[in-house]
Amino acid sequence: MNHFDINEIRKQFPVLDQQVYGKQLVYFDNAATTQKPLCVIERERDYYLHENCNIHRGVHYLSQMATEAYENARKTVAKFINARQAEEIVFTRGTTESLNLLATSLGQLLVNEGDKVVVSAMEHHSNMVPWQQMLMRTKGELLVIRMDKNGVLDLNHYEELLKQKPKIVSIAHISNTLGTVNPVKKMVAMAHKYGIPVIVDGAQSMAHQVIDVQDLDCDFYVFSGHKMYAPMGIGGLYGKMEWLEKMPPYQFGGEMVDKVSFEKTTFNKVPFKFEAGTPNVGAALGLETAVKFIQSIDRQEVEAYEDELLRYATEQLAGIEGIRFIGEAPKRNGLISFVIDGIHPYDLGTIIDKMGVAVRTGHHCAEPVMTFFGIPGTVRASFAMYNTKEEIDIFVKAVNKAAAMLR
Amino acid sequence: MTIKEIQDSIVEEFSMFDDWMDRYAMLIEMGKECPIIDPQYRNDNYLINGCQSRVWLHAEKKDGKIYFTADSDAVITKGIINLLIKVFSGQTPADILAADMSFLDEIGLKEHLSPTRSNGLLSMVKQMMLYAEVMNG
Ligand SMILES: Cc1ncc(COP(=O)(O)O)c(C=O)c1O
Repeated sequence: MNHFDINEIRKQFPVLDQQVYGKQLVYFDNAATTQKPLCVIERERDYYLHENCNIHRGVHYLSQMATEAYENARKTVAKFINARQAEEIVFTRGTTESLNLLATSLGQLLVNEGDKVVVSAMEHHSNMVPWQQMLMRTKGELLVIRMDKNGVLDLNHYEELLKQKPKIVSIAHISNTLGTVNPVKKMVAMAHKYGIPVIVDGAQSMAHQVIDVQDLDCDFYVFSGHKMYAPMGIGGLYGKMEWLEKMPPYQFGGEMVDKVSFEKTTFNKVPFKFEAGTPNVGAALGLETAVKFIQSIDRQEVEAYEDELLRYATEQLAGIEGIRFIGEAPKRNGLISFVIDGIHPYDLGTIIDKMGVAVRTGHHCAEPVMTFFGIPGTVRASFAMYNTKEEIDIFVKAVNKAAAMLR
Repeated sequence: MTIKEIQDSIVEEFSMFDDWMDRYAMLIEMGKECPIIDPQYRNDNYLINGCQSRVWLHAEKKDGKIYFTADSDAVITKGIINLLIKVFSGQTPADILAADMSFLDEIGLKEHLSPTRSNGLLSMVKQMMLYAEVMNG
């Protein structure tokens, strides 16, 4: 394992080394998607240069090699989050597909007419709309865990909701709008006392925190590769084997079947049962390489570095006149959301974009959160391990300059 | 002034600046001068879809000409809609429908605004054209 060395890290991300509108790019939109290191790009390229083949079906050499590589990627991901076995990892397109899979399949298994599902007030639309739509069909009810004005979930309220015997709990590990790190381990234990399974949306945590699904004891953990230095189009769903075995398939087609006749079809075993059709093999290999990349650097040092970026950015921004942080939970990770009095986030985002600074503005696919805070959106700066304090200085200067223009 | 004359004068005004900051400063100024929509029309019926910040647009016809008022919660967006209002307000529906919009490229608005914003710009133009179509004749 290597020590964390920011200069070495940045060399791995050539995309950072560019000018936009004649200014050095500052990329602070990592919560939307992270950049990819060279090793990941090369891995996917190599696959298409030398290894491309459809998997699980060819007797020939290339197909067997590709199948093996794909299954090894599954093993690497399983180890990364400490799953008990590789088969507990289902490859998907990402968090959204994983959650839709669960809303459909676990929904079919557990949710009957009039049943309830619990989410929190800070969910991404991906972890809200699939449940809402499923519950519309089953005439059920979506229960929403309240949060306070700092963006901290109200666990007493959560306990009250659990007493209503919901069938499923689905919550974000880290909020993509507020940066709140939710106490998911505790929340899992609370739900399990009532025998309710818990899904954790790990889209924002995989790149930043060590994830141990056995320690969390969550029933499902879902994530997107592209938010953890891997290519787009690949992600995963961890599920406890007991659940995956009981759950019905989500999509139907090739790969996921066992025996097929016009009268009847039996299905392949877990995880293949959930992987209908040709998967994104190249991206899965890229994901494996991204995992190895993350593992190659001392994770405590990375976490400490990223925490320091967050602390520094918060401190520097705090001096701006009229700034209001959205999300002030004591435990936050990876990002800062804010608004400035009298200035629309879009205006600010547009101006600082011209200064080379890439941030996200808007509702961040979490409109209910914006409604809660009574704002049209926020400016969100989100960090990755390759960002620096110098970049934060440029960003803060840009915000100040833009605010002066817009006031 | 005809639509073409107004467009030309806007292009000329913008071309005095080579610095993007000055162009945006000008848009922001225009945003502050936007003829504001009557509060009774500042509702969802007058909201333009396709803009990431909210834009309300109202039109009325007087003596054969269309007069626009608008508002937005973002000042740059308000500047853009006001720019369009400057071009179209007080013109006849037929003239509006026949207008050539390539001046937007000339002032570098279309290429310099982010894609989402640029979509917003197109939605604004489309909405104004729609009003002109409905009020034509
Ligand atoms: C917390 C959270 N959940 C879900 C998603 C959806 O992820 P994807 O678009 O990769 O499916 C995101 C992405 O922004 C997210 O931040």
